[in-house]
Amino acid sequence: MFDDFFIRALVAGIGVALVTGPLGCFVIWRRLSYFGDTLAHSALLGVTLAFTMEFNIALSVFIISSMIAIILIQLQKKTNLPGDALLGLLAHSSLAVGLVVVGFLSFIRFDIMGLLFGDILAVSVDDLLIIWIGGALILLVLKLIWKPLFASTVNYELAEAEGLNPDRAKAIFTILMAAIIAISIKMVGLLLITGMLIIPAAMARNLSSSPQSMVIYSIIGGLLSVIIGLFTSLEFNTSSGPSIITAALLLFILSLFKIKQSIKLKN
Amino acid sequence: MSTDQNILVKLNNAGLQLNNKWLVKGVSLQVEKGKIVTLIGPNGSGKSTTAKIALGIYKKIDGSVEKYTNEVGYVPQKISIDWTLPLRVNDFMILTESLNKETIDEALSLTGVIHLKDKNLGDLSGGEFQRVLLARAISKKPDLLVLDEPVQGVDFTGEIALYELIKKISDELDCGILLISHDLHTVMSATDHVVCLNGHVCCSGSPLDVAKNNEYKALFGEQASQILSRYKHKHDHIHTDEGEIKKN
Repeated sequence: MFDDFFIRALVAGIGVALVTGPLGCFVIWRRLSYFGDTLAHSALLGVTLAFTMEFNIALSVFIISSMIAIILIQLQKKTNLPGDALLGLLAHSSLAVGLVVVGFLSFIRFDIMGLLFGDILAVSVDDLLIIWIGGALILLVLKLIWKPLFASTVNYELAEAEGLNPDRAKAIFTILMAAIIAISIKMVGLLLITGMLIIPAAMARNLSSSPQSMVIYSIIGGLLSVIIGLFTSLEFNTSSGPSIITAALLLFILSLFKIKQSIKLKN
Repeated sequence: MSTDQNILVKLNNAGLQLNNKWLVKGVSLQVEKGKIVTLIGPNGSGKSTTAKIALGIYKKIDGSVEKYTNEVGYVPQKISIDWTLPLRVNDFMILTESLNKETIDEALSLTGVIHLKDKNLGDLSGGEFQRVLLARAISKKPDLLVLDEPVQGVDFTGEIALYELIKKISDELDCGILLISHDLHTVMSATDHVVCLNGHVCCSGSPLDVAKNNEYKALFGEQASQILSRYKHKHDHIHTDEGEIKKN
C-alpha cells in the first residue's frame, strides 16, 4: 500500500482541512484574506527563530504571528496609513527579515522550498499531534465565539447593542488565525496557507444558501483538495502545497457551473 | 415597585464629540418599563446618535449612561449587510439569540413576513427587510426595544399596522421602547414622552406639552404643533383648515 509518510501526510492534511473550512468562511466574510497572508509571511521569521533557539516550530510561528497581529493593530491606531499599506508593509518586511536571518543560519541545513511550499515528507508524528490537538482547540474556541463573531460579521452595531461583546470575539479570532497558520505551515507552506483558507470557502459560497451549509461545503472542499492534492504530489513528485491548492482551484472552477445554473433558474 | 426599579436605561447629560464636533450634547432622558419614549428632531439633530449612546455602542461619551438590562432588541436606521454572506431570513432571526421555531414564526407572522422565512436576505425589498428587522428585534422578547425609524420604506397601511403592533408589544411585554420617528401623526397617539432634539434637548414632555413649546414650534413650524395637539383629542373630531371644529 502507501508508505508511512504518505499516511501521515493524509492524516495531517485532513486535520488541517477540518479547521481551515470554517475559519476560511470567516476569512471571506470578514474580508481578511490579505490579513491572513501577512500573518503567514511572518511565519518564516517564526521558523528561523525556532531553529536558532531549538524551539518548537508551531509554537514559535504562533507567537510571532500573534505579535505581528498586535503590531498591526497598534500601527492602525497610531498612523494614518491605510490598512492594506500596513498589511503589505508587515507582510513583506517580515518575509524579508526572515530570509535575511535564514542567510545567517548557514550552519543549519534548511529546506527553504519546503517551508515556502509545504513538504509532505516533513510531517512527523509530533506534527500530527500538534495538528490534531491544536486543530481541536481552534474548533472548540471558534464554536464558543461563533455567535458574537458571526453576529458582528453581519452587523457590528447590532451585536454590540444586544450585548454580545464583538471586540472580544474579534481579538480571539485573530489569535485563531495565527494558530491555524502555525499548525498548517508544514502541509501547505507559508506562501500558500491563505489559499487553503480562501479557495475552498470561495467554492462553498457558490454552492450554499446559508452560513451553516457554506461551512460544511468549505470543509468538504478542503478535504477533497487535500486528498486529490496529496495523491498528485505523490504521483508526480510535486510539492504538496501547490498540488493541494491547485486541486482546490479546480474544485472552485467546477463550483462556478453550479452558480450559473441557479442564476438561470432565477430568471 | 418604586419608579427607580422600572428604569431600563438612563442618560445623564450624555453627549458625543467626534473630530471636535458635537454630534449631540447634554441629553438626559430615561426609558421605563411599559413606556414609549419618542425622539423627534430634524435631520442631523442627533437622534440616532442618542439611541446609540443609550445602547452603549459608543464608548467615549460625555456624561454617563446607566443601562439596567442586557435584554435589548435594536432596529438600526441604516444597516449594511455584506452579501458575501449567504444569509436567509431564518438565519438572521437567530443572529444574536437562539430561538425556537415557534418564536421565530410568531414574530415573523406579527410583522407579516412569515412567507419570506426561507428567502435570502439580499432578495428582500426595503419594506420587507424593515419588517424582518422589526420581527428580529421583538422575537427575543427584550426588556428594551430601540427602534430607529422602524417603518421606513413600509407601505402606508403597513406603517399604521406596525405602529399599532409596537404599541401592543410595549403593553404586552411591558418593555420600554425608545423610538425614533419622523412621522408625527402616527407616533404621537401612542407616545408617553417626547424628546425633541436639535443637537441638544430643545424640549421634552408629554406630546401635548411639547406641542405647546415655542422652541418646538420654531423647529417644526406651527403646522406640526397642530398635529401633536390634534392627536390629544382622541379623534372624536377634526380641525378644518379654517380652524373650525367638526365632529366625526
